[in-house]
Amino acid sequence: MSGVPDFVNTLLPFLPEWIRAVVFYGVVALILFISVILTMAFLTLAERRVIGSIQARIGPNRVGPGGLLQPFADVLKLMLKEIVVPTASNKFLFIIAPLLAVIPALAAWAVVPLWPGFAVADINAGLLYLLALSSAGVYGVILAGWATNSKYAFLGAMRAAAQMVAYEIAMGFALVGVVMAAGSLNLGEIIERQSGGYFSYFFWWMIPLFVVYFISGVAETNRAPFDVVEGESEIVAGFHVEYSGMAFAVFFVAEYVNMILISALTAIFFFGGWLSPFEGYPLPGFITAPGFHWLFLKLAFFLFCYLWFRATFPRYRYDQIMRLGWKVFIPVTLVWLAVLGVFFAYDIGPWSK
Amino acid sequence: MSITEILFYAFSGVLLVSAIGVITARNPVHAALFLVFSFFNSAVLWILLEAEFLAIVLVLVYVGAVMVLFLFVVMMLDVKIAEVREGFTRYAPLGILIALIVVAEIGSVVFVKTLGQEVTPVTQVAAEAGYSNTGALGELLYTKYLYPFELAAVILLLAIVAAIVLTMRRRAGLKQQDIGAQVSVRAQDRIRVVKMPPVIEGGEKQS
Repeated sequence: MSGVPDFVNTLLPFLPEWIRAVVFYGVVALILFISVILTMAFLTLAERRVIGSIQARIGPNRVGPGGLLQPFADVLKLMLKEIVVPTASNKFLFIIAPLLAVIPALAAWAVVPLWPGFAVADINAGLLYLLALSSAGVYGVILAGWATNSKYAFLGAMRAAAQMVAYEIAMGFALVGVVMAAGSLNLGEIIERQSGGYFSYFFWWMIPLFVVYFISGVAETNRAPFDVVEGESEIVAGFHVEYSGMAFAVFFVAEYVNMILISALTAIFFFGGWLSPFEGYPLPGFITAPGFHWLFLKLAFFLFCYLWFRATFPRYRYDQIMRLGWKVFIPVTLVWLAVLGVFFAYDIGPWSK
Repeated sequence: MSITEILFYAFSGVLLVSAIGVITARNPVHAALFLVFSFFNSAVLWILLEAEFLAIVLVLVYVGAVMVLFLFVVMMLDVKIAEVREGFTRYAPLGILIALIVVAEIGSVVFVKTLGQEVTPVTQVAAEAGYSNTGALGELLYTKYLYPFELAAVILLLAIVAAIVLTMRRRAGLKQQDIGAQVSVRAQDRIRVVKMPPVIEGGEKQS
């Protein structure tokens, strides 16, 4: 998105230019924030219903039609609960840690292109910005574990630090392939380079990178089967063992917003984001036209995969997680980057056009 | 004062406060967190200078990787403040000397104009539309400065290899997993199925 549209200028002519820009971007960011939070709220419901049906139970279906109001009931419950701050904890860091977890998760949405030509901040180094923010997200978890001053929480924090650093490297390497193919760090341009129907998506040329990226994404968000950070059977609830009420809810929001973000980014980097897979087919307009609905469908599929994984796989052992990250994923990405280099040298693939 | 200047003074003020916090905080974890905060603030200053690549890389590398590992170590330390203070008077003269040298160096850079040396002219070129800081840096790094860049990469690789070689040592009696052997194991290696004629209680044998 470039510049403030005219209707804002005519609506608020009495304000100086920079205040108009701040007001406009503030409102846009607020709308995006509310949409992301609402998606996250219904994702928690979807998770319980989907895993319920995978495990042949019903899941929450009492509050509202089909359980649709369940997320709001949960929020109300969490808001009314007391926030207990342990006496031996570091109070300031204990309170601020959930915020440090949720702020990078939400701020990353600024560069995500939602439909053709729209991202709140359409910056050139968008991909680097995403990597920087996702790496800053680990602080919330580490500080929560340390500030709680409890052995279980601290173990969770240490696990989180090691795991996130390990998988970030694999994730970054997987994205190097995407950048090589797109020739740009701007997310909008990365999507546009994949135009031309479903066979032009980067996915077909970098299946190993896609697999590494998505699995690393699952590990980065500390979701099952990589959720040793909060492994109930070993360390109770890991880093958030002493958090209650809204303080816990903020960690919860951070985790789910990160899940949606990773799903959106997987759709953008490997499956053409808002592009229609049926471009150029003689089909009704909304099927062939690019738009938000395509990004949403792709994103929803990857979110479903998240829930599917959680219902299917048993939890990894900690040393196996480390081995997978360092000794399997990083070599796989390095080898595939070399293969991609050969593709480029001999002009094989959609980028030869 | 323009909005950029106000932002500059605000963020550099916070940067200075948090930098002082790094050296005055008693708890090493707090000191490390102050350092993280000052990295963030200097990243903002770089963004104000339209050097978005450097700003993002500062956050990505230092905040995202280096300081996480640093915190990892610092959190496990059991620092006793009395021990830290033990050699304070003995090392104070050396510390003051180094501090004075650093101040003198910074001062000479700031006042280099008055010392009669030539100053590199600051050409404030307004960024054109479509100008990419990241792209410009990349072009220079892979053309003009290719050899220094590759050399730096090789030195870093050397450091990694050296660090690993120093810590990788085989101890006698160390139990390790052999993943390859675990994966390629077959049922026959684990269980020996013994065929035995069934014995029925009460005498007669079935054929």
